[in-house]
Amino acid sequence: MSAPLLQLLGISRRFGGVAALDGLDLDLPQGGITALVGPNGAGKTTCFSIIAGALSPTSGQVKFAGETITGLPPESVCRRGIARTFQVVRPMRDLSVLENAMIGAFGWTRHVATARLAAADALAMVGLTAKANAAVGHLTLPDRKMLELARALSTRPRLLLLDEVMAGLRPTEADAVVAVLRRLAAGGLTILLVEHVMRIVMQAATRVVVLHHGALIADGTPAQVVQDPRVIESYLGASPTDPP
Amino acid sequence: MQVDRRLGWIAGAALFAGCAIAAPWLDGFTMSLLTLVFLFAWFGQASNLAMGFTGQLSLGHALFAGLGGYAVVIITTRYGLSPWFGLLIGMPIAAAAGAAIGWLAFRFGVRDVYFALLAIAVAEMMRVIFSNWNFVGGTGGIFLPALSPTNEPLRTLRGGALFYYAAALFLATAGTALLAWLRGARIGYLWRALRDDEAAARALGVRAPLHKILACAISAAMTALGGALYAHLNGVIFPDSMMGMALSIQIIIGPILGGLGTVFGPLVGALVVVPLGEISGTLGQSLGISGMNSIGYGLALILLIGLLPGGLWPAIVAGVQSLWRRR
Amino acid sequence: MLLSWLNILAGGVLIGIVYALIGSGLTIMFGVMRVVNFAHGEMVVAGMYMGYFAHSLLGLPAPLAAIIAAVVMFAFGYLLQRLLVEKFMARPQHIQFILFIGIALVITGLHLAIFGPDAHAVDGPITFATISLGPLSLDLVRVQAAGGAAVLILSLVLFLRLAPLGQAMRAAADNRTGSLVIGLNVPRICALASGIGAACAGAAGALISPVFDTEPYLGLEFTLIAFVTVIVGGLGSLAGALVGGVLIGLAEASAALAIDPQLKTAFSYGLLLLVLLLRPRGLFGADAG
Repeated sequence: MSAPLLQLLGISRRFGGVAALDGLDLDLPQGGITALVGPNGAGKTTCFSIIAGALSPTSGQVKFAGETITGLPPESVCRRGIARTFQVVRPMRDLSVLENAMIGAFGWTRHVATARLAAADALAMVGLTAKANAAVGHLTLPDRKMLELARALSTRPRLLLLDEVMAGLRPTEADAVVAVLRRLAAGGLTILLVEHVMRIVMQAATRVVVLHHGALIADGTPAQVVQDPRVIESYLGASPTDPP
Repeated sequence: MQVDRRLGWIAGAALFAGCAIAAPWLDGFTMSLLTLVFLFAWFGQASNLAMGFTGQLSLGHALFAGLGGYAVVIITTRYGLSPWFGLLIGMPIAAAAGAAIGWLAFRFGVRDVYFALLAIAVAEMMRVIFSNWNFVGGTGGIFLPALSPTNEPLRTLRGGALFYYAAALFLATAGTALLAWLRGARIGYLWRALRDDEAAARALGVRAPLHKILACAISAAMTALGGALYAHLNGVIFPDSMMGMALSIQIIIGPILGGLGTVFGPLVGALVVVPLGEISGTLGQSLGISGMNSIGYGLALILLIGLLPGGLWPAIVAGVQSLWRRR
Repeated sequence: MLLSWLNILAGGVLIGIVYALIGSGLTIMFGVMRVVNFAHGEMVVAGMYMGYFAHSLLGLPAPLAAIIAAVVMFAFGYLLQRLLVEKFMARPQHIQFILFIGIALVITGLHLAIFGPDAHAVDGPITFATISLGPLSLDLVRVQAAGGAAVLILSLVLFLRLAPLGQAMRAAADNRTGSLVIGLNVPRICALASGIGAACAGAAGALISPVFDTEPYLGLEFTLIAFVTVIVGGLGSLAGALVGGVLIGLAEASAALAIDPQLKTAFSYGLLLLVLLLRPRGLFGADAG
């Protein structure tokens, strides 16, 4: 196997005196769906923000495809092939659904027509084709989440960071998203997702990484991780697994 | 969206063509009024680019108008060179000033109200410096020499009422076409994405500093070109009138009233604001009470923004759309 | 030489305290309402007219005129918020900007229509009187203006710290949704803030009416001074307005001394620029943006 696609080397991040991340090491090989789980405040979103360049780590390094990307601004990180979605969806309200999805494509093409085609492809992938010309204000929450995903896809990422993209969705809607993610992973895309709903993690992920107090406490297949006593104690045991 | 475009193109083309054809029949007052309308439509498009497309509320655009105006006037009166050469110097200087403000704002995280105040501070500081700088005429300004009888407008960029009318009409048409093109171009999408949500846009690979600074620079260069024409039209240039806050306010009222971020808003805004200023002025004079113009103009502004939340142009589009449906 | 320098600098500090009062009004309105009052300078000018006429018609000294101006302008600010500005609270910044430009134009127009375009200067022996403070000799009108402004700023601080209503205002400034939740009457608090802001401007205007000639077009200049003052100090911070005002007064005075009186405004804008770039939210502004 070649070098991992993404490497976190001793990442720490402090806010005031509190360590949100504390010497986190993580290797992500090419391909597969990895779920990053952990109780609230475990440092999952901080971890995402550091990978995506929205935050700088207090110490440590982020390597992507062998290249150090620590401290690069978010746009440069995206242009190297890492796309992210936000926990709270942030559509651009004055652009149509299709136009929202075009923005990411402008990182790799100068042509509006090409971007439009790429955006249409991305919308098709998440099932939003019928609403391409709608105003984003008229979208339902699941549709907005899908738009968030389509926007990230239009950047043609090699690594996709999904921050609770399924929160607030009904189980059938979430299942549809899982199917989309599986299809993307089958196409060679590497996916790292933060997710609260354990049922989805078990269903979608090929690997689960558990964070607790900013450090990694378990790493393995979903089946291995749910049987890990430390995980059960710190996280799974503390909260019921799955909201109805 | 569709009606917006079609209506805009038909109305815009009809307006510009009509004004071009009607030129020989216009009386002096109408022609000079329309000249100002078109000039401020151009200024409005320049600030629309920074404010409406990119979301940077600049209250210091008079600085760029002044830089353009002074560059051309100084190059022609002090050095006897062509005003085109003056534009060649003035527009890049203004663009550099705009880029510098944009860069400072980005580098130091100055945004929203603070950005507006940064722009005011830079503009006011330059106004005071120009007022005390003898080389540029100080508060006394620079008066343009009388035109020679053999004047060729395209060489001196000065002329009679018809020349300024034609030049302003050309700028307004070009400005509107430019913004229409930019809106549908790659950079237009990137600007609007940055305006709507900068963090999300950056996460999608939009190079925020580059594109914001670019918007500031283009907007500044456009304003400088308008400022040069404005100085020639006035025949004189003072720091207070060409760099003052009053001009900055005048420049941005049109696009805000007309509809920020729309292609035709600044044009519609200028068509309303400039005559409104003139009418309230003459009305105040004819009533013989000083201050009436200011009261009328102020009340009209408050009324317009109170009644038309998104601006005049979106309101017109909505009106036409509902008429369309009723038919 | 040194003494005359000190005199000029002290004069700058005294005017700076009045600037601080003007800035306090702007900063309270912004802090509570999140609205920038671009008509603030016009409200100062309204106070100047009140100061002028209180002196020339009634023979009242500036500090008494300031109380009248504060009361009248409080009512004006309160009603303005309730009847007009309230409807624009949720609108974008550029719309609010046009609203206040419109208000400023109307106020200037009213001044022109009622008092005419000519400058009104308070005259009489008081304008020449000086008082000695140790080695310094200060203009009485400036001392009086600074003293009045200091008293008003102090009472404002006490009101915000101690009075229940003042505490409610500070709560609303800190956390709008929170204050809605705990049942504060936010529209009324906004109107109060608007009234207090206008009262500060009006009182400051009355206080400086014997120092500067009153004319209708001074508004923009005072608005800009108020901006510089509060931005240097930090928009939304009273302590910031105080420090900002004194700094601007000092900067103007020392620029007039060291370079050229004409360049004093350029100097304070330079100071503003420096502060904006080093501390984008002002010397006393919250860092989190």
